[in-house]
Formats: sequence, structure tokens, C-alpha cells
Amino acid sequence: MSPAEVLDVLRARAVEVLEVAAEDVQPETSFVEDLQVDSLSLVEFTMDLEDEFGIELSEDELTDVHTIGGFADLISRRTS
Amino acid sequence: MTTTPRSVLVTGGNRGIGLATARALAEAGHRVAVTYRSQAPEGLLGVRCDVTSGEDVDRAFGEVEAEHGPVEVLVSNAGITDDQLLLRMTEESFSRVVDANLTAAFRVAKRASRSMLRARFGRLVFVSSVVALTGGAGQANYAASKAGLVGFSRSLARELGSRGITSNVVAPGFVDTDMTADLGDARKAELLKTIPLGRTATADEIAGVVAFLASDASSYVTGAVLPVDGGLGMGH
Repeated sequence: MSPAEVLDVLRARAVEVLEVAAEDVQPETSFVEDLQVDSLSLVEFTMDLEDEFGIELSEDELTDVHTIGGFADLISRRTS
Repeated sequence: MTTTPRSVLVTGGNRGIGLATARALAEAGHRVAVTYRSQAPEGLLGVRCDVTSGEDVDRAFGEVEAEHGPVEVLVSNAGITDDQLLLRMTEESFSRVVDANLTAAFRVAKRASRSMLRARFGRLVFVSSVVALTGGAGQANYAASKAGLVGFSRSLARELGSRGITSNVVAPGFVDTDMTADLGDARKAELLKTIPLGRTATADEIAGVVAFLASDASSYVTGAVLPVDGGLGMGH
């Protein structure tokens, strides 16, 4: 799946799980600074995407993920 | 006591406090599953599970979910003792007891919390012991593991409270079960003198308190340690 396709899925899941507006979910959007997502919500979002894409993401992989685009890149790499 | 029927899992539910709890919760109208290692109890959904194995725990939850739906109430009760004075206690014994009583609680609570988060509802109940707070000579491993449950449960109360999940500890005192049957008569008589109610508890008396924590009536109780010990642990 291409990063753009992953981004579309991510945006749809963010709207549902994080209860944010679709237009607020852009590649450069920061989870903490822009969306004000707390740590537990981020865990829930990650779990949701793990189920969606059938992958398991380690804490090491997630350490450097701060934005929607970063998350999309990671998932895209893991599913290619 | 009004009770919304829930999918309940009781670990170590084939005897003692666990079995009494499972039966009390079934009577209250819940769909109750119990984990067991050797013999499944009659009339309840039994799932074979060694709580010291993460794979076993995952499979057991899968079986319960298939039959009863995602677990909404978890009673982490499975536990072992291996009493010995400190100077005779091996590190292996200490680790084994902590693994079965504390790390196992972590395994099942972690597995259960996933679906509880989604449902925005959950009840976690950890069966500890009065010795968690008073200590017990010859029970350093057991008391440490049971005390660990308090910090563990209270951390979960903080982490998960915003999602409608409560986490509480029940601390039974001296209960008539297979696990306490090994104590000698002299030791029993000595213990009875220290209990204000002057008697031991039946497993049903513990089960009633766990059933309360699983019921709608306890919706605002979280991070609590409920002693059910006839007054044995007062002041701790």
C-alpha cells in the first residue's frame, strides 16, 4: 500500500478513534501538539491500526513517530 | 443490587475463592467463564489456562470471547503459595510465586484491557490478601506478590479511569480453602485469636464482595483495597 493510500486509512481511523475533524489530519499534523492527543488515546489509535493492517508495531519503531505522515510512512514500510 | 449481565472471566476459578466467586457471579446473572489447570468446574464455561504462560492466556481469552463476547469483568484470582522462612527460601521459589500471583495478573489485565478500552467499560478485580499489608512470617514471596497487586491495580485505576474502567483489590483474610488447609491446628488457633470476628471466612463471604465490585452498585469505586478479613488487618 502506498503512503498516500495508508494516509487515507489513517485519516479515517483518526476521525473515528481520536474524534478529530478529517481536515485537521494532514501529513505534517502532530499528534500531541496539533491534535492534543493524550498518551492513552495514542495507544488506542495504534492498537486500532495494528488490527486494521494486521501488523504489530514495537515501541522502538514508534519512538520517532510524532506526526500523521510519520505514522503513515512506518505503516507503509511495514506493509510493503 | 441491580446488575447488568456481563461477560466475566475468573482466573483460578475451579476451587476456593475463585469457584465461589464464579458461582456468585453466575447467580447474579453474568456469563461466567473460569480458567482452570486440571479440572473444569461443572456448570461454568471452563477454559484451560496456565496463567504463567502468555500464549495460554491469549488463547483462553479467545475462547471466552467466542462463547461469551469480550471480557467486561476480570477477576484475577489464580494464585499459589510456597511458604518458607527467608533464609530457606530459594530465589526460584520467590520468582515462581511472584510470576504466578503478580506477573500473571499483569498478563490477564493487559489482555482484558484491550477490549475494555474499546467498550469504554471494564471492571478489573484483583484478589490479594491481608498479608499484602501486614506481612506474614514465612510468606515473604507470597506477601510481596500480593502487595504488588495494590500498586499495579492503583496504576491501572489511574491509567484507565477516563475510559470507564475501574480497578480494585480485594484483600481476603483467613479463608477456609484448600490453600489454607495445610496450616496446623496450633497455628490456626493462634491466628483466630488475632481476628476480631473470632472466626475464619467462608469463600462465599469473599465472593459476595467481588460480586459487588462487578455489579452496577460499585460504579464509583476504583483504586480501592477492600479488606474482607474479619478485622484482621485493621490499621494497614
